[in-house]
Amino acid sequence: MSASLLVVQLFNGLQLGILLFLVAAGLTLVFGVMDFINLAHGVQYMLGAYLAVTAYGLTGNFFLGVLIALIASLLFGLLLELLVFRHLYARDHLEQVLATFGVIMLLNQGVKVLWGAAPLNLPIPELLAGSVPLMEGLRYPVYRFAIIAAGVLVAAGLYLFVTATRIGMLVRAGASNAPMVSALGIDIKRLFSLVFGFGAMLAGFAGIMIAPILSVEPGMGDQILILAFVVIVIGGIGSIRGAFVAAVLVGVIDTLGRSFMTDLLRLVLAPATARTIGPALASMSIYLLMALVLAVRPAGLFPAKGRA
Amino acid sequence: MRQARRVISAGASAAVAWPVSFDARMAVFYFVLIAVLPLLAPRLGGGYLLIIGERAVIFAIAALSLELLIGAGGLVSFGHAAFLGIGAYAGGIAASHGLGILSIALPAALAAAAAFALATGAIAVRTRGVYFIMITLAFAQMAFFIATSLAPYGGDDGLTWPTRTTVFGARILKNETVFYYVGLALLILTYVCLGHLLGSRFGRVLRGLKDNDTRMQAIGFTPYLYRLAAYVIAGTLCGAAGFLLGNQAEFVSPAYMHWQRSGELIIMVLLGGSGTLYGPMFGALVFLLLEEALSHLTEHWKVVLGPALVLMALFASGGIAGAIAGWRQRRGALARLASARARSARRHLAAGLARLPSWHGLRQPLRTYAASCLDWLAARTPARWRAGKRALRRGLQGSPALRPRGLRASIARWWQP
Repeated sequence: MSASLLVVQLFNGLQLGILLFLVAAGLTLVFGVMDFINLAHGVQYMLGAYLAVTAYGLTGNFFLGVLIALIASLLFGLLLELLVFRHLYARDHLEQVLATFGVIMLLNQGVKVLWGAAPLNLPIPELLAGSVPLMEGLRYPVYRFAIIAAGVLVAAGLYLFVTATRIGMLVRAGASNAPMVSALGIDIKRLFSLVFGFGAMLAGFAGIMIAPILSVEPGMGDQILILAFVVIVIGGIGSIRGAFVAAVLVGVIDTLGRSFMTDLLRLVLAPATARTIGPALASMSIYLLMALVLAVRPAGLFPAKGRA
Repeated sequence: MRQARRVISAGASAAVAWPVSFDARMAVFYFVLIAVLPLLAPRLGGGYLLIIGERAVIFAIAALSLELLIGAGGLVSFGHAAFLGIGAYAGGIAASHGLGILSIALPAALAAAAAFALATGAIAVRTRGVYFIMITLAFAQMAFFIATSLAPYGGDDGLTWPTRTTVFGARILKNETVFYYVGLALLILTYVCLGHLLGSRFGRVLRGLKDNDTRMQAIGFTPYLYRLAAYVIAGTLCGAAGFLLGNQAEFVSPAYMHWQRSGELIIMVLLGGSGTLYGPMFGALVFLLLEEALSHLTEHWKVVLGPALVLMALFASGGIAGAIAGWRQRRGALARLASARARSARRHLAAGLARLPSWHGLRQPLRTYAASCLDWLAARTPARWRAGKRALRRGLQGSPALRPRGLRASIARWWQP
């Protein structure tokens, strides 16, 4: 357990956390404002990655491809909202689970039909290739830094957007009391579409950013979806700030746990036992964290005001 | 005589309370359907059909246990598949140590599921709504990851049971037909027990909590304990289903606990219709059959099933039971209309006959005969059909499918006490 490894893993954890935040931000807004449980958020992340691969294939330019994929993600999110989700806001959570689960099934399989089951790759652009020296004998990829930077920028922008603009004010008001916002003469349906499309775009952005590092494959959204759920539950549903704190927390704990849990356990347990228990405990660590947080604060760390 | 019989049957149905209901009749229909399936199996597909039937029965138990949470408790558990896996792993681990005997393996499976339910439920039922959905999902993921890291028991690849559980030293479960009927018997037991549980004070409190938490607290109930008890019961029951599932496949893998499996369990309950007990059983059957049929049709069957689920959520959220209930309601309205019409016709005829001269005692038998003819007519198609047509014209919710026919009318007489 060397210091340099710890630093690298901390950065990796931060990068995972930022990524989680991008996915969780949209999810928590959709939850908070519309009280809508969107399981299909993960497939929007997956779709973003696929769209980026296709757009890159068509244009040959990474940044142009990212732009096209972002717009396409936004449009697809709006289309889904118009066709399906809009009709479910007033319904029971159970029906929302059912419908969005159906969307997951369709899109996970639809992606397989359209792009094939084999994993795809998106090359890292030359501008962001290579690595920078972090300290003596330790280099870190530029692209991962780029992800962290882009994520922090988006987070800052989102924070400003939510706290300092009129639409952001409406979003916050909607999260506290949607019927009241509607009664005050705001077109709540348009607000909902906007929030949903924006959330889908953020998820798509996360998918696009991670595509060069991970392989793009069907079902890649499922794992991140569950992590994003953990994040928003820890952070408090509807709270952007909570989502950010919880995302970084989950990202770092998960990454560090996976790298160091076995070594840590070896200090107290026999090596063989540690090797068996370590990985399991590492995978479980964030869920344990979530259980712990919920046991102490059932509404998460930063519950949005006006919600139980 | 006819009148008298009607009174007696009405009295009987009023005296017998909750369990003997439409629900129970549909359940009996399901049980009979499942029970005769092996008799038809050799003609329809042999052992293959038997295995689908076994799985349908096992998943029906799991869906029923989830219905206890969703339908009665209002607790949407998105991690119910964890209990399937735990039951199957407990049985499998016992079997792999040579302890695959009923008196050890089954209690081990139940105890493991109950312990997990108690530990996770203690935290989970503190939350409601979306939080509950999320936290049950998270706990199921924990169980999933524990299973993948169980290196001594197969880890990712899963664990093959050395043998099915032996019952007092006998390998009777090895026989598919025996296993099939054992599963069916357990399902019937589950159904009856759950029916009584829901009809009991406990079930009523649970449903009351679903409707209005605050009010139930105000009259002195502790929601936490009731919900926790329901969660543990449901989890243990699903553990039993998992134990059967492991026995059936003679295999268990972490995939049993995958979150999509939890989603499928919810789909089974909703497809059948939450709020009933027969619904989830049919839901499990239909889901498995659909899965089979679609996967024969195309490799990409989920492309068909996905949109179907979306459409169901949008337009038919009551599921099979909801559709049947709606149909019964419409039919009941039509039948009431028809019988009112028949009564009025009989009154008119009786009044007409009363005006006829007395033919030396002939009038009474004639009148009786005419009345019985009219009874017969009124009870059969033409009058009901006309009434149905008129009702349709008046815009009473109805559809062409409602047109009463001979068979349907007779089934209606059997169904409606």
